[in-house]
Amino acid sequence: MDEKLSNVFTQWDEKTQKTLGKYPERKHKFVNASDLEVKRVYTPLDVDPNYTEDLGLPGEYPFTRGVQPTMYRGRFWTMRQYAGMATAEESNARYRYLLAQGQTGLSVAFDLPTQIGYDSDHYLSQGEVGKVGVAIDSLADMEMLFDNIPLDKVSTSMTINAPASVLLAMYIAVAEKQGVPMNKLSGTIQNDILKEYVARGTYIFPPTPSMRLITDIFAFCYKNVPEWNTISISGYHIREAGSSAVQEVAFTLSDGIAYVQAALDAGLDVDDFAPRLSFFFNSHVDFFEEIAKFRAARRLWAKVMKERFGAKNSRSLMLRFHTQTGGSTLTAQQPDNNIVRVTLQAMAAVLGGTQSLHTNSRDEALALPTEESVRIALRTQQIIAYESGAVDTVDPLAGSYYVESLTNQIEQGAWEQIQKIDAMGGAIKAIEKGYIQKEIQDCAYTWQRSIEDKERIVVGVNQFQVKEAPPQGLLRVDASVGEMQARKLKTLRSTRDTNAVEQALANIDTVARGRENVMPAILDAVRVYATLGEICDVLRKVFGEYRPEDML
Amino acid sequence: MQAVNNLLERLEARDIRALARAISLVEDSEEGASELLASLSPRLSGSRIIGITGPPGSGKSTLTSKLARDFLDRGEKVGLLLIDPSSPFSGGAILGDRIRMQELSGRDGIYIRSLGSRGSVGGLSQATARVLRLLEHFGFSVIIIETVGTGQAETDVVETVDSVVVVAVPGLGDDIQAMKAGIMEIADVFVVNKADKDGADRTLRQIEAALQMQEGQGMHKVPVLATVASSGQGVTELVAALDAHYKYLADSGELQRRRERRLRKELIGYVTSVLMSDFFARSQADVDAKLADIIQGRTDVYTVGRFLSRKYINERVERDAKQD
Amino acid sequence: MAEQRKIRVLVAKPGLDGHDRGAKVVARALRDAGMEVIYTGLRQTPEQIVEAAIQEDVDVVGLSCLSGAHNHLFPRVVELLKAKDAADILVVGGGVIPEDDIPFLKESGVKEIFTPGTSTGDVVNFIRSHAGSK
Repeated sequence: MDEKLSNVFTQWDEKTQKTLGKYPERKHKFVNASDLEVKRVYTPLDVDPNYTEDLGLPGEYPFTRGVQPTMYRGRFWTMRQYAGMATAEESNARYRYLLAQGQTGLSVAFDLPTQIGYDSDHYLSQGEVGKVGVAIDSLADMEMLFDNIPLDKVSTSMTINAPASVLLAMYIAVAEKQGVPMNKLSGTIQNDILKEYVARGTYIFPPTPSMRLITDIFAFCYKNVPEWNTISISGYHIREAGSSAVQEVAFTLSDGIAYVQAALDAGLDVDDFAPRLSFFFNSHVDFFEEIAKFRAARRLWAKVMKERFGAKNSRSLMLRFHTQTGGSTLTAQQPDNNIVRVTLQAMAAVLGGTQSLHTNSRDEALALPTEESVRIALRTQQIIAYESGAVDTVDPLAGSYYVESLTNQIEQGAWEQIQKIDAMGGAIKAIEKGYIQKEIQDCAYTWQRSIEDKERIVVGVNQFQVKEAPPQGLLRVDASVGEMQARKLKTLRSTRDTNAVEQALANIDTVARGRENVMPAILDAVRVYATLGEICDVLRKVFGEYRPEDML
Repeated sequence: MQAVNNLLERLEARDIRALARAISLVEDSEEGASELLASLSPRLSGSRIIGITGPPGSGKSTLTSKLARDFLDRGEKVGLLLIDPSSPFSGGAILGDRIRMQELSGRDGIYIRSLGSRGSVGGLSQATARVLRLLEHFGFSVIIIETVGTGQAETDVVETVDSVVVVAVPGLGDDIQAMKAGIMEIADVFVVNKADKDGADRTLRQIEAALQMQEGQGMHKVPVLATVASSGQGVTELVAALDAHYKYLADSGELQRRRERRLRKELIGYVTSVLMSDFFARSQADVDAKLADIIQGRTDVYTVGRFLSRKYINERVERDAKQD
Repeated sequence: MAEQRKIRVLVAKPGLDGHDRGAKVVARALRDAGMEVIYTGLRQTPEQIVEAAIQEDVDVVGLSCLSGAHNHLFPRVVELLKAKDAADILVVGGGVIPEDDIPFLKESGVKEIFTPGTSTGDVVNFIRSHAGSK
């Protein structure tokens, strides 16, 4: 402790207190977006880092400053806009447009029936086909989706969880048809079922078989698709569901710990699969807190992997992550203001050292984004990359008293939560008890109240409102997409080799009941055009379906 | 009156909407509620009433759902009452048990109703007795009540149902010693749910041992069953145990005694609530005025209490005399 | 005790959409306003919603959908309620719903649509002033 500074600070503080009567501050108490108190000023008294241990250098343990030594001086983050709607044909056109605009990776959004393993002609799919993403029923749709997109040249991220094995198998099969072997493929599947139970809702099977499907993918990819990120452990949706930044880190890393443990229990070696684990975070409204959050998450994960799981490979210790700006921070009111929000959030993600980034479009609180809105969102990233200068040095905010202090605070808060979850028996148990869900809901309700009580101002929503005309030119998905997909399915079912399909499905049933890896059986089934729904039905029969123990 | 008659007619026609409406009516104690109830057949029907109680997280909703399914499968008509706590502050409630009844949706012969406890603390809701009366009238052969489920001995349940199922889970309140006082005594059937989890055997043994210690006063030996409600394991055995208990009740005359107890409770409950609301309607101003004196220390609760109740009774007598 | 009539509301997520933050926040706000809220969780078909609404004798059904399937799902609930002679149960909806769709939904019998940014206080007030009429 610097005694001289301490004395000077005390004097200054007393002096300032005296002036408050005359010049009061705007609020009695300042808190950030996670309700952590924000002090008037931060000094070295607030942070006393052991530089080499707590911060280190970029690309080195504990990776607080970033996972690569040169970061964006070497290469920018991957600019990856999540997109997909309606049919494979339409989505394919959007991907080619985005690639032509300078986007560097694809990110596929699937519709809800696909995410929950129902074919487009299933009763429960009514009204949902093609709505929040592209409808994929079989390999035929997948071939169309990546038509004329060379899969050895792009990296593709797929937001798919419960039926991730099936969609990954389809991707591999499309690549085969393009003449690209699977060991040349790169990309990511989300494959994070735990946050589905907690926050996003597209689960199918109960936890135990779901974890088995996930670890089967880990094992399969380690041998056959080595460049594939086998999971994207997601805090994004946890945050969207209403958690704080500290909870986002805590619950996400707790999920991560559960996956690592499951893989170890399945007999895998930590350094065989851990380098392919990736993460996915939200970038929310509170600028400095978000930057600190990313740094804290990296440091915490590195410590967990090293100290708890004894990982040796430095890539196993690195928390690599994708970021999306906060969807729930977008407002339907004065939607152009969202461009500014997204800019701040994107900047925070970049200053926090993200590996890839999706910037939301201004109209997403209203509908799926139009092409023009998506372009502005992509341009936002390009302006940060090419014009702002913020990317030319690594981790430029390191050493800021405030940011370092916040980084410590978030790390500590998250660690306490993780220990609490450990004490319950880990993330799966905590989810089954509804603990994590309840924590998030409480936080979401408090947030909503603070907006309604005007403790928090959301520009255009609870202050600075204007009368506005309804927005024009929103993107609409044609209601006939469902019928179109149903027709395609009908044709498919009458033209494919029925015997081969039945055999392949029977084989999945057998393998699923045993202990063998299910990936090869699924791959065989998609190759003969078994549909996603058919494959998932077999698995539903074997594994059962998840029913939430949801509490409010 | 017109409305009540209309409702009665529709109830006779087994109109589910009418039943649902009638339940709201007796829950809200609206005008016409006692009139409606008085118009129903005075005899208790042959409905079997089962209460399911247990702490939060014991999976009793899922178990209730499976139990209902099994009764339905064998042709019973099933009424389910799912009770959740009301907020003591707002009076509102979130009734979420229905989430776990998904597999019953679309089936005939079942009616599911969620009730807020509305200030009642005995594990049931204020109006449960009255609601039961409607369900019995409607002709459900089996009625299952899932209590609030505090993990405490919910005494209202015992006085209302024919058979009480107490649900426990392995590891919850790790030691059986820690189980809330009275909970062992209220069980007619004990269930250890989530029996696929670690420690199930130990919990089973502990409960059996604890039950042995209190045996002797009754003829019925309380069975302890293991279930996994999520997969349906053990539910058939639970149904069999409940059937056996019901037979025991009927054969031993205990059923009659339990029903008498319920009628007594219902009668006293009704009278109490009528008197209380009349008292408050007439004496609220007196209460407020005297309370100020008590707070100032000029008098005490008991002196005022005696005074107010006598005053109320006397006025009541005078009023009634005038009316006569 | 003379109690006042309790307003009962069914809060449901029709379709496959899993975003239930809004539905849950609204459910809590209605509870805190003294109402009884039956929450039926995710992935409800219109048939299930209507069955529950009738059995629970609710005054209002609140539907939340963020997946864009509202034009299909909301009117279907209204239709089925009508078919079951329960058209007096009020249907309201919320979620990511473009302004352009609101006239169609209202014509289909949805009483009110709450779009993003609506305060829960407005929802409570709307229900209070419209639910007493049953």
